[in-house]
Amino acid sequence: MIYFDNVSKIYNDGRSAALQEVTFQVAPKEFVSIVGHSGAGKTTLLKMIIAEDRPSHGQVFFESLDVHRIPKTKLPNYRRKIGTIFQDFKLLPHKTAYENVAFAMEANGRTDAEIAENVPHALSLVDLDDKAWNFPSELSGGEKQRVAIARAIVNQPDIIIADEPTGNLDPIATYEVVQILRKINDLGTTVIMTTHNKGVIDEIERRVITMDGGRIVRDDSTGKYVL
Amino acid sequence: MVTAFRRVVKAGFVGFWRNAYVSLASIFVLTIALFVIGATMFLNQLLGTSLATLQSKVDINVYFVPDAPLEEINRIKAAVEALPDVAEVKFTSREDALAEYRERNKDNTIALQALEELDENPLGANLAIQAKETSQYESVARFLDEQRELEQPQTPIIDEINFARNKDSIDTLTSIIKATERASFIILGILLIAAVLITFNTIRLAIYTSREEIAIMRLVGASNMFIRGPFMLQGIMYGFISGVLALLLFYPLLIWVGPRTAAFFELNLFDYYLVHFGEIFGVLVGIGVVLGLVSSTLAVARYLRT
Ligand SMILES: Nc1ncnc2c1ncn2[C@@H]1O[C@H](COP(=O)(O)OP(=O)(O)OP(=O)(O)O)[C@@H](O)[C@H]1O
Ligand SMILES: [Mg+2]
Repeated sequence: MIYFDNVSKIYNDGRSAALQEVTFQVAPKEFVSIVGHSGAGKTTLLKMIIAEDRPSHGQVFFESLDVHRIPKTKLPNYRRKIGTIFQDFKLLPHKTAYENVAFAMEANGRTDAEIAENVPHALSLVDLDDKAWNFPSELSGGEKQRVAIARAIVNQPDIIIADEPTGNLDPIATYEVVQILRKINDLGTTVIMTTHNKGVIDEIERRVITMDGGRIVRDDSTGKYVL
Repeated sequence: MVTAFRRVVKAGFVGFWRNAYVSLASIFVLTIALFVIGATMFLNQLLGTSLATLQSKVDINVYFVPDAPLEEINRIKAAVEALPDVAEVKFTSREDALAEYRERNKDNTIALQALEELDENPLGANLAIQAKETSQYESVARFLDEQRELEQPQTPIIDEINFARNKDSIDTLTSIIKATERASFIILGILLIAAVLITFNTIRLAIYTSREEIAIMRLVGASNMFIRGPFMLQGIMYGFISGVLALLLFYPLLIWVGPRTAAFFELNLFDYYLVHFGEIFGVLVGIGVVLGLVSSTLAVARYLRT
C-alpha cells in the first residue's frame, strides 16, 4: 500500500540527512510501528507519506500513486484518504474539540447527519465527551492528543498515520488508545505508528521498524523493541 | 456544493467573532481609509461645483449694430450654436436690451433723460455665448472674428465682441481651473493608493496570524476554496461594516459642515449627502467590499501556494 523507494531527505540547512536511502513497503491492513532515538527521522518519514515535505531523492508511492507527483489541486483529495495524528497535535486553536473533529469531516464533504452522528462517537471513543466544547487552549496535553486521535479516525480512512499518539498519555489512556488503534486495524485500516514506548510495542506484537540516523537498521516482523 | 457554501459562510461568521480583536483592528483601519476616500470625494464635489459656478459667470458677448437685420443675427446665432465647443447662446433683442438698460440705470436720472432725448432705441441686440470649457472661448472668439471679416465693410452688422476685453481674466480662470483639477486629481490618487496599501497590509497582517491554521487545514485535507472561503467572507464583512461606519461618521460631520460650505461654495454638502445618499453608500461600501475581498484573497493566496 505504501512503498518507499530509496528515499533520502536532506533539509535545507544541509548539515545531515534526516532520511538516508530508506526503502521499505507496507502492505494493506498491516500495523507497523516505527521506533528510534529522538532525531532518528521518524517524523520526517511520516511527512513524506502525507506530502507535507518533499524527499531530496527517491520516490514514495501510495498504492500506484507517486505521492510527490500529485498535482497541487489533487493533494487535498489525497490527504483525505489518510488520517494523521501529528506529534504536535496541530489542532485549530479557534475551534472547539468538537469543531476540530467536525472540520475534518466537513473538509471531506460529509453530510450534516453523518457529522452529527460520527463526531460524538469519535469523541466518546477517546473519552472526551465532556470536553467537546472546550478550545484547545483549555485542554491538557493528553486531552489535545485525544482530540487529534478522534479527528484522525473520524473519517474512517484507509490508513492511519500516528506520530507518537501516546506521547502525552498516562498508562491507562495509553492502553486505551492502543486498543482503539488495534480495533481500527482489525477492521481493515492500515496503521503506521511511531513510538518511544517499549510497553506499547510489546503489547501490540506486530511488525517493528527500527531507525537510527535516518536509516532503517532493523525490520522485525513481530514486536521487538531493541535500542 | 450548497453544504460547502453554507459551511464556509458559517465558518466566516464564527471566525469573525472568535477573532474579534483582529476583526476590530481591520475594520478600524478600513473605516479610516474609506473616510479619507469619502472626504476627498466630497472635497472634489465642492471644488467641482464652485468651478462650475465660476465658469457659468464667464461668457462672450457679441453686440450688434442697432440696424442689423434680424435674419443676419439669427444666421450668426445658428452658426455659433452649431459650434461643438458652445454650450449655450442667449439672444437679447433690442427691446430687451433697452429694458435691461433702464432697469440697471433706474436711479441714474441723467442717463434716463439722455435716453428720452433720443427718439430711437440706440441699443443693438446682443448674444451671450457660453462655451463648455473656459479654454474654448479662444476658438469661439476666432470664429466670431472670421464672421466679422466676411461682412460688407459699408454695412457692418457686429458692433463689438468683448472677448479681447475679458481675455486676461478668462485666461487666468482657465489656468486656475486646470491647476486645481490636476492637483485634486493627484491628491485623490495618492490618498487612494495609500488607503489601498494600508488596508491591504492590515488584512495581510490579520491573516498572517492565521497562517498556522491554514497550514493545518491543508494537512487535514481541506480544499483551497474551503480554506479561502471564510477569509474572503470576512474581508467582505470588514469592507461592508467599514463602509457603513464611514457613512455614519459623515452624518454628524456634514450636519456641522453643511451650512458653512453653503455659505462659501454655494453647495450645502449635507443636502448633497442626503440627495446622493444611495450613490455615496454604493461607492463607499462598494470600495470597502472590493478592497476587503481582494486584500484577503491575495493574503490567503500566499499561504496556499506551496
Ligand atoms: N524542518 C527542518 N529543518 C531542518 N532540520 C530538520 C527539520 N525537521 C527535522 N529536522 C532534523 O531532521 C532530523 C530528524 O527529525 P525527525 O523530526 O524526523 O526526528 P524524530 O525521529 O521524529 O524525533 P522525535 O522522536 O524526537 O520525534 C533531526 O535531526 C531534526 O533536527
Ligand atoms: Mg518525531
